[in-house]
Amino acid sequence: MPGPNSSVLKRILPQLVILGVVLLLNFIVFPDFFRIEFKNGRLFGSLIDVLNRGAPTALLCVGMTLVIATKGIDLSVGAVMAIAGATAASLVVEGHGWFTALLGALAVGGLCGLWNGVLVAVIRIQPIVATLVLMVAGRGIAQLITEGTILTFNNEGLVRLGAGTVAGIPTPIVIWVALGALATFVIRRTALGLLIEAIGVNETSSRLTGINSRVILICVYVMSGLCAALAGVIVAADIKGADANNAGLWLELDAILAVVIGGNSLLGGRFSIVASLLGALIIQSVNSVILLSGMPPEFNLVIKALLILAILVIQSPKIGHLVYMFRAASGGRNIASPTRPAASPLVPNKDK
Amino acid sequence: MKRRTLLLASAVALMPAAVFAADLTVGFSQIGSESGWRAAETSVAKLEAEKRGITLKFADAQQKQENQIKAIRSFIAQGVDGIFIAPVVATGWDEVLEEAKDADIPVLLLDRKVDASDDLYLTSVTSDTVYEGKVAGEWLAEAVGGAECNIVELQGTTGSSPAIDRKNGFEQGIAGSDNLKIVRSQTGDFTRSQGKVVMESFLKAEGGENICALYAHNDDMAVGAIQAIKEAGLKPGEDILVVAIDAVPDAHLAIANGEMNATIELTPNMAGPAYDALEKYLADGTMPPKWIQTESRLFTASDDNNAIYEEKKQLGY
Repeated sequence: MPGPNSSVLKRILPQLVILGVVLLLNFIVFPDFFRIEFKNGRLFGSLIDVLNRGAPTALLCVGMTLVIATKGIDLSVGAVMAIAGATAASLVVEGHGWFTALLGALAVGGLCGLWNGVLVAVIRIQPIVATLVLMVAGRGIAQLITEGTILTFNNEGLVRLGAGTVAGIPTPIVIWVALGALATFVIRRTALGLLIEAIGVNETSSRLTGINSRVILICVYVMSGLCAALAGVIVAADIKGADANNAGLWLELDAILAVVIGGNSLLGGRFSIVASLLGALIIQSVNSVILLSGMPPEFNLVIKALLILAILVIQSPKIGHLVYMFRAASGGRNIASPTRPAASPLVPNKDK
Repeated sequence: MKRRTLLLASAVALMPAAVFAADLTVGFSQIGSESGWRAAETSVAKLEAEKRGITLKFADAQQKQENQIKAIRSFIAQGVDGIFIAPVVATGWDEVLEEAKDADIPVLLLDRKVDASDDLYLTSVTSDTVYEGKVAGEWLAEAVGGAECNIVELQGTTGSSPAIDRKNGFEQGIAGSDNLKIVRSQTGDFTRSQGKVVMESFLKAEGGENICALYAHNDDMAVGAIQAIKEAGLKPGEDILVVAIDAVPDAHLAIANGEMNATIELTPNMAGPAYDALEKYLADGTMPPKWIQTESRLFTASDDNNAIYEEKKQLGY
């Protein structure tokens, strides 16, 4: 439920603290981390890179949060990115304008989402299996579109979506912040968020109360497809080419991780898009630590795994409880309530 | 298109002369078409076969070893004169290679090697990835001369053999020059977008003006990095020298535009030398060496890169 600002802040406090700590780590390995210059007509600095490079994951996790809130999952987003990028690239190569290319990519993304949604909501295949179909097949479809090559283009309008700037700010940042704000606004200022949460908690009972769960389920998968398409266009525009083999590869896992770090339960129910977006930024900040530290690449995945593990352990309710016990035992009389984390990724977070 | 018809016509005209070669049938089990280079390798194999009047039976394994083994068995059953394999993995080939040997069909490995006793195949045609790196390093050492030079390196996928070899080769190439120093080295996973992301972090961590050269383990990463250099307000090819490996069409384009300085070719013509070796072997039993090394040619601004770009585009890169 949308609450007053203080409860929103309380909800995202753990994510904000973790983000702060990881940014501090960045500062330790690279003291100029927070320096932002205005260079070559754009904001230039490592912090901007984190916001900019986090864009694909951030976009994906807007849709993924909604899907996960309905107790579903969408494994196909990485492949949908590849398809959408390939579609946009082939449209501009054929001489269409950038806007047509963007619309075409979004249409294809929406169609992929519709496919997933119908498999899940109508045919009743489990989401993880239903979306696995497109995850595997999607890259093949993308390769058919690009004919197996990296399809390069030079359409300025399209390139601007990935590598351009709006008032000095890289376009991808503007896009993901705007989409995140819009989605949060629409979902929290209408009953839509509540309906999605209801489906995630108990689909049968939500249907019995008169919620058209089928339509809403299809809608969240379409939304996820649209977000993936947007991410795919940005990734392709960034390198001026559609790389069907590598665009969005394994990014579905980063998106799911971002949602989990955002404190959303994989079992559905209450969700926060803002917290997921913070989760996406946390992941990108971790990547940034690895890149800036100058460690040999053999350590990349180990460092990432350790940092993520630490983040998840800190968020677990068991640790929260232990901290509470410890503080109570050491004579903290003014503790009014257990300092349980606002939400835990590991435990169903059903509304009372 | 006219040129292709001409080529075909001349091939037909030459047919009678090469009448004994026309009897040859070769089966080619290709890994798949996961990259532009592989697509080019396939088209060159087909073109070279056409040129020599060899019938080529082509099988795409879609990245699966079992498909390759199936294809090889069917080639054996059809009684082809030779089998080309671009093996998807190094292990698990002994049995099917034995079968080919029992059927007296010579097997030639293209582009990659296998872990099997070397009497099971006639020869392998591959490039020397260490040597490629060495050529890149030597080129850079010569281009820089005596000046101090901080190099950043974009590695391939961590732990992959081309990444290890190209890194070692490059280090050998610059070993003699103490003025060349690799200051940062990180993986870009052989992809354009990672190449760009990692280069962005290099530019910030070292400061663009302190980097004198970029060495990337493949052209795709270099092409991505070039964009990062441009976005940082620097001139790739001038402020930061760019050298990479593979010589894909986009690298030739970048060199033609002055944004890249050198690339070392991983030739897609693996089949050509293999056909030569097979034809000689079948004609008079000449045993080729167990390893045929392909040429690792260096391309710089002194080549006609626009023409090469157009020519390579035709190959399906």
